Amino acid sequence: MNTNTEEKTFTRVAEVIEEDVPVEEMFLNLGPSHPSMHGIVRIMVRLSGERIVWSDVEIGYLHRAFEKSVENCTWNTAIVYTDRLNYVSPIINNVGYCMAVEKLLGITVPERGEYARTALSEISRIADHLTAVGAAAMEVGAFTAFLYTMKAREWLYELIEAACGARVTTNFARIGGICADLPYDFMDMCALRLPEVEKVVVELDKLLTRNRIFIDRMQGVGSVDAEHAVAFGFTGPLLRASGVPYDVRRVTPYSVYDRMEFTVPVGTTGDCFDRYLVRLEEMRQSLLIVDQCLKQIPAGPVCVDDPRISLPKKQDVYTNIEGLMNQFKLVMHNHGIQPPPGEVYVSVEGGNGELGFYIVSDGKDRPYKCRCRPPCFPLVQAIPYMIQDHMVADVVPVFGSLNMIGGELDR
Amino acid sequence: MSENPSYLQGLQEQLGGAIEEIAHPHGQLCLVVKREAICQVLQFLMEDDEACFDLFLDLTAVDYLGREPRFEVVIHLSSIPKNHRIRIKVRLAEDDPFMPTITSVYPAANWFERECYDLYGIRFDGHPNLTRIMLYEGFEGHPLRKDYPVKGRQPRMPLRKPEVRRSDVAFEPPQG
Repeated sequence: MNTNTEEKTFTRVAEVIEEDVPVEEMFLNLGPSHPSMHGIVRIMVRLSGERIVWSDVEIGYLHRAFEKSVENCTWNTAIVYTDRLNYVSPIINNVGYCMAVEKLLGITVPERGEYARTALSEISRIADHLTAVGAAAMEVGAFTAFLYTMKAREWLYELIEAACGARVTTNFARIGGICADLPYDFMDMCALRLPEVEKVVVELDKLLTRNRIFIDRMQGVGSVDAEHAVAFGFTGPLLRASGVPYDVRRVTPYSVYDRMEFTVPVGTTGDCFDRYLVRLEEMRQSLLIVDQCLKQIPAGPVCVDDPRISLPKKQDVYTNIEGLMNQFKLVMHNHGIQPPPGEVYVSVEGGNGELGFYIVSDGKDRPYKCRCRPPCFPLVQAIPYMIQDHMVADVVPVFGSLNMIGGELDR
Repeated sequence: MSENPSYLQGLQEQLGGAIEEIAHPHGQLCLVVKREAICQVLQFLMEDDEACFDLFLDLTAVDYLGREPRFEVVIHLSSIPKNHRIRIKVRLAEDDPFMPTITSVYPAANWFERECYDLYGIRFDGHPNLTRIMLYEGFEGHPLRKDYPVKGRQPRMPLRKPEVRRSDVAFEPPQG
């Protein structure tokens, strides 16, 4: 993507210093909260001068037993725990988990529900990428860009809040559909806000893409070529920045992505700057997808009409005995949704890559096993490779470009 | 029931004894492989032109308490050029749950195997650094096993002596 081939001289400077001054190796702890403060991780580095000769990453500070908790709650209440995985784009997690259970149950979600899920997923993806780009820019000194992205993210959170009543802990999807129909003025709100978000993306582009300081800090830093990216198990924007057009929305289309027109942007060198460019373009593509969704969305129900799966209307619960019984049957211990025994792996494209759910059911009212395949995990694993022989200061842009989310990494 | 893809024939010819079961639950291909042959099977699946599973997705385990064999290690792979997926399982007995590491074939499995060891207590022989990753050194038991209580409590860690600082300890980077 970049024609600018000016070779940065960081490593050369380090070599010069080493030649002149005898340098003793030094051990340095970055973290457990420093190089980010968006997620706790500890990076241990051994330095020769300012050059990193060895490093290791320690995670687990945010481990809160997601799987054990999910194994001990019912199929519906587990959705709440998925919010807390990637708390920047929680709707994608909700949708991923519910899709897995729906596959196990063998049900299909009504059209309107699918469109609403897709539109809200893309809105969350934009929020996710805005956070990633904004935070990465802030960490290398561009504080204005961060404020712009937070402003735009706030507008997106307003849309999410209108759809499901919460900004971050959305609990939006339900097994068989979504929690409630979109509000009557949702289209108007989107028509008002999304063009403004697009303007912010353009502003971000103008602020950063040709910014000399930003380019100097990002370009050629943390490069991973396509072969290594695949070997490390990368997915999502990082894999695409390395030049591999792998996007779950495109290779195994789920929901209504097969009806959407969008391009999958790819980079060339896989450095931090390409990751930024890929995320920037993906935001534009997501805006296009939301636009198409809102144009195509049909009228109709948003949740399957099956009393064994979806809760009855509140009006029925309060006015007739069938509705009341149905409500109790679904929420009572040892009743509720009971998928047939089996196992299934379903993946969606999360903000950071392939977010998979491997679910095992033994026919009871709670999951026997619910594994979340976290997209961040292989990315953070590769940090030592990415920062090897870089300067200490390069750890910050590399780490920022990963968009590590503690909730999803440590679960 | 979906049909078996063509590369499975080659796999069965070469390593027929290693495949215990082939199934298609919910249309997703699933192989059960013998523990000793897991690396050869993965090597074949990665290198075969028809299969070409280059992307390692996930490794986890399931604890079927009360069933023999008790543990199942579950590996998910994907192929970027061929656009197909596979699930591979290895069944492990309760008394000695170990299997050979697959990091020699898929280096990305490194942390996944550590997590599996940490939470399920399954050992991966030959792993470069098989230590706990989510929990701390000194944690007793493996919390994702079904016989670990939901509200299980851990003993208090002894206070570290203030005079032992990390910088005083000889620093040895792990191998590999």
